[in-house]
Amino acid sequence: MKAISVIAAAGVAAGLLLTSAGAATKGGSISLVAYSTPKDAYAQLIPAFQKTKAGKGVSFTQSYGASGDQAQAVVNGLHADVVAFSLEPDVTTLVKAHLVSPSWNRNRWHGMVTRSVVVFVLRNGNPKHIRDWSDLVKPGVQVVTPNPFTSGGARWNVMAAYGALRREGKSDKQAIAYLNKLFHHVVSQDKSAREALQTFLSGRGDVMLAYENEAILAQRKNQPVYYLIPKSTIRIENPVAVTTGASPAARAFVAFLHSAKGQTIFGRNGYRPVLRSVVKKFDYPVRPWLFTIQKLGGWAKVEKRFFDPKSGIMAKIEAGLGK
Amino acid sequence: MASNAAAAAVVGSPRPLRVRAPVAQGLATMYLGFVVLLPLAALVWRSTRAGGHGFWAAVSAPEAVAALRLTLVAAVIVAAINAVMGTVLAWVLVRDRFVGQGVVNALIDLPFALPTIVAGLTLVALYGPRSPVGVSVAFTRGAVVLALLFVTLPFVVRTVQPTLLELDVEMEEAAASLGAGRLTVFRRIVLPNLVPAILSGVALAYARAIGEFGSVVLITGNLPFKTEVSSVYIYGQIQSGAPGTAAAVSVLLLAISLAVLLLIGAVRRWAWRHGS
Amino acid sequence: MAARYGLRVVGLGYLAVLLVAPVGLVFWRTFEHGFSPAWHAVTTHDARHAFWLTILIALIAVPANTVFGVALALAIVRRRFPGKGLVNAVVDLPLALSPVVVGLALLLLYGRLGWFGPFLERHAIHVVYALPSMILATIFVSLPFVVREVVPVLREIGTEQEQAASTLGASSFQTLVRITLPAIRWAIAYGVVLTTARCLGEFGAVSVVSGHLVGRTETATLYVQDQFEGFDLTGAYAASVLLALIAIGTLVAMNAFRPKEETR
Repeated sequence: MKAISVIAAAGVAAGLLLTSAGAATKGGSISLVAYSTPKDAYAQLIPAFQKTKAGKGVSFTQSYGASGDQAQAVVNGLHADVVAFSLEPDVTTLVKAHLVSPSWNRNRWHGMVTRSVVVFVLRNGNPKHIRDWSDLVKPGVQVVTPNPFTSGGARWNVMAAYGALRREGKSDKQAIAYLNKLFHHVVSQDKSAREALQTFLSGRGDVMLAYENEAILAQRKNQPVYYLIPKSTIRIENPVAVTTGASPAARAFVAFLHSAKGQTIFGRNGYRPVLRSVVKKFDYPVRPWLFTIQKLGGWAKVEKRFFDPKSGIMAKIEAGLGK
Repeated sequence: MASNAAAAAVVGSPRPLRVRAPVAQGLATMYLGFVVLLPLAALVWRSTRAGGHGFWAAVSAPEAVAALRLTLVAAVIVAAINAVMGTVLAWVLVRDRFVGQGVVNALIDLPFALPTIVAGLTLVALYGPRSPVGVSVAFTRGAVVLALLFVTLPFVVRTVQPTLLELDVEMEEAAASLGAGRLTVFRRIVLPNLVPAILSGVALAYARAIGEFGSVVLITGNLPFKTEVSSVYIYGQIQSGAPGTAAAVSVLLLAISLAVLLLIGAVRRWAWRHGS
Repeated sequence: MAARYGLRVVGLGYLAVLLVAPVGLVFWRTFEHGFSPAWHAVTTHDARHAFWLTILIALIAVPANTVFGVALALAIVRRRFPGKGLVNAVVDLPLALSPVVVGLALLLLYGRLGWFGPFLERHAIHVVYALPSMILATIFVSLPFVVREVVPVLREIGTEQEQAASTLGASSFQTLVRITLPAIRWAIAYGVVLTTARCLGEFGAVSVVSGHLVGRTETATLYVQDQFEGFDLTGAYAASVLLALIAIGTLVAMNAFRPKEETR
């Protein structure tokens, strides 16, 4: 019994060590940790990068999930060379954990790699005639959005709703009251934007708040939906950053993402490019009442005021939902 | 006996039976400690790192309380349904005879062998938004009960079956010949003998139901305060960077689970003593 | 007579509605468009890797839990030592724990901010979000089965034969291999089948510690979820059907090895 036990113990230990050693990365490999939606885009970007001189022979591991979840996983030890999140605060989480340099966004794009807007995804035919934010809180309208505490996409949605009402001239108090009303119409709060889209496509809800690029993706996959951009909506900006101690190939990859080639691939996948020369190649509609998160005070302020898990406005609204 | 002959065929000086065993036993205990106790210790430690005050704050958060309430209530409902249906199924498998009974018997174990995420997927396919029969329980509390019923199906059946097999049918026949109706026979003679077995199964089903994750995650929509169970809440807290909160709620859930198991165990022993 | 048919209808009806119909539907949906699309879906690179990973984890976890499970069972039944009751209780603990909590506990131990985090990071040993933590999680949740199956049998057979062997001069090792193990081999087999089923089906705990690294740390169950979320219902259903077929194979084994007193 003893001999067998010792052998078994050694076997388990060896198995564990071998498998852990294999996961260590050296130069020439990039670990990409991203939010849930750009998976298809990166499926094209990575091979394109590997065809360039800088990307030759570089191997990739990829992980996709809800933006907030992924940031937390990196904090917990998920190895990452390049992080691509839905919004800036998730990178800030890593900066606070000393995993990303505080100067990560000191470049001409302020750290952003793609843009988008918040849109309404609707069923073919739009039976409930939803056109604007005020239609979302009409009786009987069911809204789908991800959970704002795990999903970056949901936070964009919330700020789009709030900002739209402010843009229309409503006061801060009225806009918050609208948010409260809106979330009483929410019928599903999935963890990530991708999961929420899945829920909507499976038949739940009348309208979904989503990134424009998610809507475009759904249409491309022949799903019976269409989207409309409300008159007043927020400009979404998605950051990408290199972690401290990342391989040199990681910087080359990020540079590629900003290059004309990379930005064109993003553009073809439904993202609005940040590179001006590439923007002209696509005809993404511009909205007259488009606003940015800066107009609402910037993410640092907004995160604290709206999304603090204990004292934030959304936390209070979510708590009120249970009544 | 073959083994006695084998023993007799061995030659060698007599050695006491116990010499090497403590080492194996020590290794085994260390394995148990490393695999199970060490992670649990980290869990309990983390849950109390913010002190009793922090622990209480974490478990009394409104969303946590709502999730716990849903979890416990759903588990009780499921345990009750299983107590009845599990006994019915055991009865049908032991006392009845029909074509395909062996297949049905084997099928009972399917929820155990099937991965929970696959179970959830099958339930979403049939009882979700794209249901071909137009029935959808997705995003409702009913979905929680449905998923839990699926995964806890085998427990009561498998604990009641052996007991039913052992039961002496003669007593029932005697009672029947004395004029007792079928229901009375069941109530007075069979059921008391089954209660301990039913309770064992219920305990297993309850413990399983409280912690279930994979099957509820797809079909319930995980709406906070509405269809979010404790395991999903804990998952959310982990992902939101609040491991302390997650740990506190986990420890509470475990404590409740153990308390209920102990309680059911005590009731079962009482029933066993007073049953037959 | 009516009561008998009534019970049969109720029981079988319950099974049909709860179990057979949903699983049957997924089978049907998978092969709706023929065998070929389903086959393609389940032989993509990521799918094959996911199933291979699941099998690899099981190949490590099952033998480990079998060997140590038998050792623990022997210790619990045959030995006296302080804390025996505690060992007995701890063995059953994984059955009372939510798999998500298991994942959390492992994160708290081996994560970057966990007890062993700094040490592991300094030595570039990847436990969480890599294979080792997934193996540990799977071992944790599938630990009780061999022990629970072997303990009652050990109790039942008693020590007479082993004592007889000892007085006849057998060493403890010989007694173990020639007397004890053969006597419990069916209990071990049944326990192994249960353990394997649990390993192959593990989802919650590995979901927390895997990091969802595509093509790297996705097991078959995580792959099913991933496909479902990526609008690839065919892929999700096909992988589910394959897992279900494996589960049915396990069922057959379970019923073959089940202790004979439990069913007719």
